[in-house]
Amino acid sequence: MTPVVHARDLVVRYDDFVALDGATFDLNAGEALGVVGPNGSGKSTLLKTIAGLVARSSGELRVLGSEPRRVAMGSIAYVPQVESVDWSFPATVWDVVAMGRFPRLQFWHRFAAADRAATARALEAVKMRGLEHRPITELSGGQQQRVFVARALAQEPQLLLLDEPTTGVDATTERALRDVVRNLVRGGLPVIMATHDLDTVESWFDRLMVLDRRVLAIGNPRDVADSGAYASIREHTHTHGHLRIDHAPHEAHALHPEIHP
Amino acid sequence: MTALLVPFHYPFMQRAAIAALAVGVLCSAMGTYVILRRLAFIGDGIAHASFAGIVIAYMRDANYYLGAAVVAVLTALGIGFVHRRGRISMDTSIGVLFTGAFALGVFLMSRQSNYAVDLQSFLFGDILAVQPNDLKIIVGLAALVAVALLVLYRGLLYTTFDPVVAQAGGIHAGVYEYVLLVLVALTVIIGLQSVGIVLVAALLVTPAAAAYQLTKRFAPMFALSMLFGAVSSLGGLYLSYYARGSSGATIVLVTTVLFFLALGLRSLRQSAARRTVHVSSPAASK
Ligand SMILES: Nc1ncnc2c1ncn2[C@@H]1O[C@H](COP(=O)(O)OP(=O)(O)OP(=O)(O)O)[C@@H](O)[C@H]1O
Ligand SMILES: [Mg+2]
Repeated sequence: MTPVVHARDLVVRYDDFVALDGATFDLNAGEALGVVGPNGSGKSTLLKTIAGLVARSSGELRVLGSEPRRVAMGSIAYVPQVESVDWSFPATVWDVVAMGRFPRLQFWHRFAAADRAATARALEAVKMRGLEHRPITELSGGQQQRVFVARALAQEPQLLLLDEPTTGVDATTERALRDVVRNLVRGGLPVIMATHDLDTVESWFDRLMVLDRRVLAIGNPRDVADSGAYASIREHTHTHGHLRIDHAPHEAHALHPEIHP
Repeated sequence: MTALLVPFHYPFMQRAAIAALAVGVLCSAMGTYVILRRLAFIGDGIAHASFAGIVIAYMRDANYYLGAAVVAVLTALGIGFVHRRGRISMDTSIGVLFTGAFALGVFLMSRQSNYAVDLQSFLFGDILAVQPNDLKIIVGLAALVAVALLVLYRGLLYTTFDPVVAQAGGIHAGVYEYVLLVLVALTVIIGLQSVGIVLVAALLVTPAAAAYQLTKRFAPMFALSMLFGAVSSLGGLYLSYYARGSSGATIVLVTTVLFFLALGLRSLRQSAARRTVHVSSPAASK
């Protein structure tokens, strides 16, 4: 079986800056891959590249068997880390979640009962039933995040990319979200998710990638947790918190993940 | 009753009414996307840019409409291209492109020794002078743009709200942006002759802005905007007949009045909502 995502020596640059330096990994159907790493380690860049939003500079990348930008409409659903949409846009919660169906509909097709059902299920999954008529202007930050996750679920994609979807979401919703994602994964959906929450990785993911511009480690979350790579990130996040932006990657980590600074 | 319809007994008024309705509805439909994408000045910009097209058409003895349309569409595509390539905001890109195109028009005109185009009527519009042939062009182009808007509805809506996520889902946000710009360019050209530069810019913004005051959903906003566009253009034309004033200006005045009525209605609703909250929550009054 061909992997859902197949990356070999993947390099992504922003002008002269190398954000991803030779990433090699595969993602298979029915697998949830977690990506951890300090701020600026390239997690979002990796997701954007797979989504076809950022072009790679070199290396190989196949997504669902084709070039990232050539996958069939509606097959990739993406929840970005920061939603830079206009919150005064005239739309309700329902309207936004229903947009998830649009890539799957040819323009001559009506928004049919099946689309409404998928939209309703997605709202249910993020515990937003009953709020569907709320204008999005009136949502709290956590509710906004849930709406965007619901939109991705409504799309019923072949690959789900989540960039820190639990940031700002309360514990109950996070658990609910995890159950939904785990259920989808069990049903065969591949998922890649960036996160900073190192304490819950074992319950979310089948495999864990430690990223710091390079792939420092990838494997079973428990094995990775026992490796030095994980510890170096832990160390880092514990001593510096999550707030450092534009963190310069530690070359030493990349070469000797077991060495602590 | 029939006395009320007296102005529309004249064929030129009938043509004017059809043209006004087509332009009013079309501009206000486009206007929904224009204001939600924060492109309020695009109408003004493209209209000015098309001036270069008129001058070039005059020099080559070609159809003014065609010249204006070609330059308008090229400017629209250029605005999209400069915005993407130059990583500058759309309004900056509009500012760069339209002044450049307008200057080209002025330059070319200044080199003509005997320029005799009736620019006045093109730039400021004269809906009462719409000829049967003009009407065919207006209605034909309006129908074309309307069909495009209907067919592309979902993609335009999604890419207007969230181009990045739409793109990840496989909807080409960039293509939609270019298509929208071209549709705006065509709409401006349709509107130029009937209501003129400043007025077409108003019809692209004000009815949609009025609709935005009254609803928090996209589809009703779209419908209300078109309704306001229709009411202003027909109503303005009708009033201008009795007021003996410029029809284009009257149309825009009507749409401006509608906007302030909508704004007033919204403020009334808001203060009513605030009162209800006070009544229903005793805690707030303590
Ligand atoms: N559009 C861009 N242009 C230039 N550099 C960028 C751009 N986006 C990201 N970068 C740089 O690439 C690096 C990786 O960024 P990325 O957003 O992928 O990190 P991240 O791991 O998601 O970080 P965080 O934990 O803060 O979300 C950073 O150093 C960042 O400054
Ligand atoms: Mg990130």
